[in-house]
Amino acid sequence: MTFDLILRVGTKLILPFILLFALYVQFHGDYGPGGGFQAGVITSGMVILLAITCGLDLAHRIAPQAMVEKMIPLGVLLYAGTGVAGLLLGKNYLDYSVLSHDPVHGHELGIFLVEAGVLITVTGTMTALFYAFVERGR
Amino acid sequence: MALLTLLAIVTLAIIRQRSLFGVVILAGIYSFLMASVMIVLDAVDVAMTEASVGAGVSTVILLATLHLIKSTEMRSVRPHLLPMFVTIVTGAVLVWGTLGLPPFGTADAPIHKHVAPRYLADSIKETGVPNVVTSVLADYRGYDTLGETTVIFTAGIGVMLLLRGSRRRGRADEEKAKS
Repeated sequence: MTFDLILRVGTKLILPFILLFALYVQFHGDYGPGGGFQAGVITSGMVILLAITCGLDLAHRIAPQAMVEKMIPLGVLLYAGTGVAGLLLGKNYLDYSVLSHDPVHGHELGIFLVEAGVLITVTGTMTALFYAFVERGR
Repeated sequence: MALLTLLAIVTLAIIRQRSLFGVVILAGIYSFLMASVMIVLDAVDVAMTEASVGAGVSTVILLATLHLIKSTEMRSVRPHLLPMFVTIVTGAVLVWGTLGLPPFGTADAPIHKHVAPRYLADSIKETGVPNVVTSVLADYRGYDTLGETTVIFTAGIGVMLLLRGSRRRGRADEEKAKS
């Protein structure tokens, strides 16, 4: 199966910027709109765009199926683990104030970890769903 | 108002359309219009989610599904009266429910009276995060977001389990072709 040259080159040109925008949405979520969920969908959208225009094999090379499937539980574990860390350090579940010496820093760190967990799970799930449907159609 | 009119037009077009490919594309347009409505309502986070999930990923997944099934809608053999009745009654009840809501944007609506003033006043001091949406979602309402993440996890695992059988067969075929 051959793919259109213009689409292929154009996609490869904008691919890093899509990923950069996803990271911006993720890490700028503290200041502007966005967060883990939106960034995760944009990241998986990048992989899906690559798979549509350049073929599934290339997408598998940058996001291997095994890795994507492991990301789904990994994000939930990171999120729940952040909660358990608060529990082990002597406060309530999902209380971030004990994660750092300063309560405000602890909250910032907790929100960062939790958003990272959401990002990992959403990216993994959306990409794995796409892979599952495409594999089925082969 | 213009956006709502466009939404109504797209909905009618989806109902009239018999080719499922057209329906999927129109549903993507519907999601983009809905994202614009969310921006008008100042809910930028929801608008981003709607545009990326509703118009982006779900359109692609629906197209991938269309690749697996027939792409024309079958003509229904049963009469439409009962479904029509249920839809109209549900819609009427929903519209009736909105009549009890306070007008959009009123400052003394109950939702602005409960915990929202405390979040707005104290969230930067307590969490160090200027975006109140993020601090509410990830900190004050951390349990809810954990639940949502678990829902996504469960949905992903469920779909993968449903579609796995044929994928394993595909892999075995690939290995056979390699050797």
